[in-house]
Amino acid sequence: MSRPEIEVRALHKSFGANEVLRGIDLEIGRGEVVCVIGPSGSGKSTLLRCVNLLEEPTKGQVFVGGTELTDPDVDIDAVRRRIGMVFQQFNLFPHLTVTENLTLPQRRVLRRDKAAAAKVAAENLARVGLSEKAAAYPSSLSGGQQQRVAIARALAMGPEVMLFDEPTSALDPELVGDVLAVMRMLADEGMTMMVVTHEMTFAREVADRVVFMDGGVIVEDGVPEQVIGNPRHDRTRHFLSRLLDPAMAEVEEGTSDQVGKAD
Amino acid sequence: MTDTATPEVQPKKKGLTRRQKRSVSRGVQYAVFVAAVIVFAVSADWDRLQNQFAQADIAERMFPDVITLALKNTVLYTVTGFAVGLALGMVIALMRLSSVGPYRWLAGIYIEIFRGLPALLIFIFIGVAVPLAFPGTEIIGGTYGKVALALGLVAAAYMAETIRAGIQAVPKGQMEAARSLGFSPARAMISIIIPQAFRIILPPLTNELVLLFKDSSLVLFLGVTLEERELSKYGRDLASQTANSTPILVAGLCYLLVTIPLGFVVRRMEAKAQEAVK
Repeated sequence: MSRPEIEVRALHKSFGANEVLRGIDLEIGRGEVVCVIGPSGSGKSTLLRCVNLLEEPTKGQVFVGGTELTDPDVDIDAVRRRIGMVFQQFNLFPHLTVTENLTLPQRRVLRRDKAAAAKVAAENLARVGLSEKAAAYPSSLSGGQQQRVAIARALAMGPEVMLFDEPTSALDPELVGDVLAVMRMLADEGMTMMVVTHEMTFAREVADRVVFMDGGVIVEDGVPEQVIGNPRHDRTRHFLSRLLDPAMAEVEEGTSDQVGKAD
Repeated sequence: MTDTATPEVQPKKKGLTRRQKRSVSRGVQYAVFVAAVIVFAVSADWDRLQNQFAQADIAERMFPDVITLALKNTVLYTVTGFAVGLALGMVIALMRLSSVGPYRWLAGIYIEIFRGLPALLIFIFIGVAVPLAFPGTEIIGGTYGKVALALGLVAAAYMAETIRAGIQAVPKGQMEAARSLGFSPARAMISIIIPQAFRIILPPLTNELVLLFKDSSLVLFLGVTLEERELSKYGRDLASQTANSTPILVAGLCYLLVTIPLGFVVRRMEAKAQEAVK
């Protein structure tokens, strides 16, 4: 088997005294779609942000496409061009139009000329189904449209890997589908994807593997049918039951300040 | 709690009701305003005021010089001072945000010193102390260069703080998005962060422009030739020549001629930027 596209070895990350990641080992092969799930505070977003070094790991190594990002001498900007990132809050550039959001990074970072950048921008806007919004400003778009533009912006750089940090968590429920459809299209095209998400349906149907994290470690890692359908660990089962049917959750000791009052 | 059939009896308040109090209060405010206007109109000696400040023939003699020379110089001093201040302020703001300690301290010291000193002292320093301390050195541009430098030094301290605040007001996600696309920190700053910061700080920067516009009158402490006079100096000179204050009033109106439209322009720009970012 060839080298994995993303490789994380013995990764630790602390914020001060707070140890968020406690030794993560993870490999993602070329063309593989991996969904990372877990309760809030489990470190899943931090792990994702360590993969393109938006967070500096405290210890351990990260490789993408065979290049070690954690090597202090590596040209991090060059490596990041190969890694697309999509944020929960979209982070479009509000002072630029949709097209300029796509062309400016190509021109400044990849040094493409105006015509080439415009062509790539138009192609990628068409892929996410937003050609008619080319001249609009981000503020005039819905959340779902903004997120699709953000995906197109990342794709315009021609990445080999795409990272998604809870891409649908800030969206109104009826807008989630459009974004997931674009992500499903990317998965079908063979893009290597690492997706932090709460969308279990997406994970079950699109992911090749699902990774469950809790307390800064990977608890369970396997195909969706197993991790979501038939989890082996109590913590996974517990998380999934709360997620799939929040109304059925019971008040637990220590999970809420109002435990005493609730009874 | 059980519902009862009898409605609760509202406690009757003594004195005025809320509505009555409000109308009385408004009436008093109008009365005070009208009284103040009447007192001012009756007590001021309008004839002497007109004689001293509004002599049409003296005002007429000021044109066109008050515009072509004095106002032109005022604008020139202000714009060059603003340009120097903006460039220097940008450098100091970036130093203030630097990860290198000495840069931060240096910028902090600069801001504290130049914000704390009256602009007048800076002008005297540039006009007197610099030529004394470095004999033979000539600030390029003569008086114009000195004014640009003095105004720029003062403005830079204020602008640096404004620019820093503007940069910090741009959401953190913008830098993260830029970095994740492969921008270097410097390029992200120039292409993504600073353009957004300027939209945020446009109003305070314009405020600074208006302040500089007025501070340019301090140029008279540098000693200027007749050709280099700006509005205040020009108005004062003419006032003493004619033993009449009309030139002062005209000079004052010339300041407003610029500052009031400037205010309009800024509000328009603010509204437009708001529309784009909203």
